[in-house]
Amino acid sequence: MSFLPVVVFVLIFLCFVFLLRLYVVIKTGSKYKPGSKGSVVVLAVAGSGGHTTELLRLMDSLSPSYKPRHYVIADTDKISEEKICTFESSKELRASEPQFTICRVPRSREVHQSWSSSVISTLHALLYSVPLVYKLRPDLVLCNGPGTCVPLCAAGLLLGILGMKKVLIVYVESICRVDSLSVTGRILYPVSDYFFVQWATLRDKYPKAIYLGRIV
Amino acid sequence: MKTVFVTVGTTSFDELIERITSSDALQTLKARGYERLVLQVGRGSVLPTPDSCPNIRLEAFRFKDSIADEMKGADLVISHAGAGSCLEALGAGKPLLVVVNDKLMNNHQMELARQLHADSHSLYCTCSTLTETLRTMDLSVLLPFLPGQPKNFANFLDKALGVQ
Repeated sequence: MSFLPVVVFVLIFLCFVFLLRLYVVIKTGSKYKPGSKGSVVVLAVAGSGGHTTELLRLMDSLSPSYKPRHYVIADTDKISEEKICTFESSKELRASEPQFTICRVPRSREVHQSWSSSVISTLHALLYSVPLVYKLRPDLVLCNGPGTCVPLCAAGLLLGILGMKKVLIVYVESICRVDSLSVTGRILYPVSDYFFVQWATLRDKYPKAIYLGRIV
Repeated sequence: MKTVFVTVGTTSFDELIERITSSDALQTLKARGYERLVLQVGRGSVLPTPDSCPNIRLEAFRFKDSIADEMKGADLVISHAGAGSCLEALGAGKPLLVVVNDKLMNNHQMELARQLHADSHSLYCTCSTLTETLRTMDLSVLLPFLPGQPKNFANFLDKALGVQ
């Protein structure tokens, strides 16, 4: 009979430890300097259409120290794959050896999908994201809005919580967002290490956000 | 040949296509010196034929892999409020008139169109005021839209992450 309270206590304790670790992981992000070890492993999450275009503009600005570059695309997204290959092959002319891979995960949220079914498909995508992030061990996850970001960032956080690897979450809100954050942005705002917005209105609303003018 | 390029992106916007090919809109364009009208009509149900407008050279298509050439060849771009289309036109350095579809209120895409207008990068109207806007518009008030600076992002990140 005394078994149940013990189980409940252990569960509550584990939740507490989990949340405490989450807090520590988020709070210590700004002290983490992966650049000091030479190269920064990037996991870039591409979405559809405009998101991918913006993401590649950001990737193009990064120095050769950011390698290898792993791109994640939704498994239904052919156009992004082409764009990434075109972009990377133009970059290869400048660098010596190819330094990128493309990985596929199930799409977590289609535009206009209902909230409840989004949750289920995001959990489904999480099953794929955790082993992927564990395998690639990125120093940072760069994302800018597509729903696929959320499970990958969650997987990155999990690695930090378990003490295996600190994964920085760098979020850049789309230039389309002038005075309201996207759903993904709202979810990732509290857990991201560097959260960029591109309009002053958003900076005023979200004090943690970094505003450097338009960056795409 | 002075050209107007009308684009509705991946959506449909029949009302805009109907308005811009109406005889009073065409007369206004003609009066302002435009001689060629290129329409990208997307998924719309209206696909005008070249001979439907006798006073102007008209071309219409649904989609192309890239509309960069149409943008480049235009002297005025008339676009729906979609962010991608607006940014492409401004990126090509073209005067831009955004026509808002008032049947799609509270679409987040309109945030950007509204801001671009507030910052004098584009003109802004609805279908019902389109002809009047074409008649009275002054393109010289538009300010150039400078490209974003991803380098600022990269520099910030280098510093934050300790990249040498």
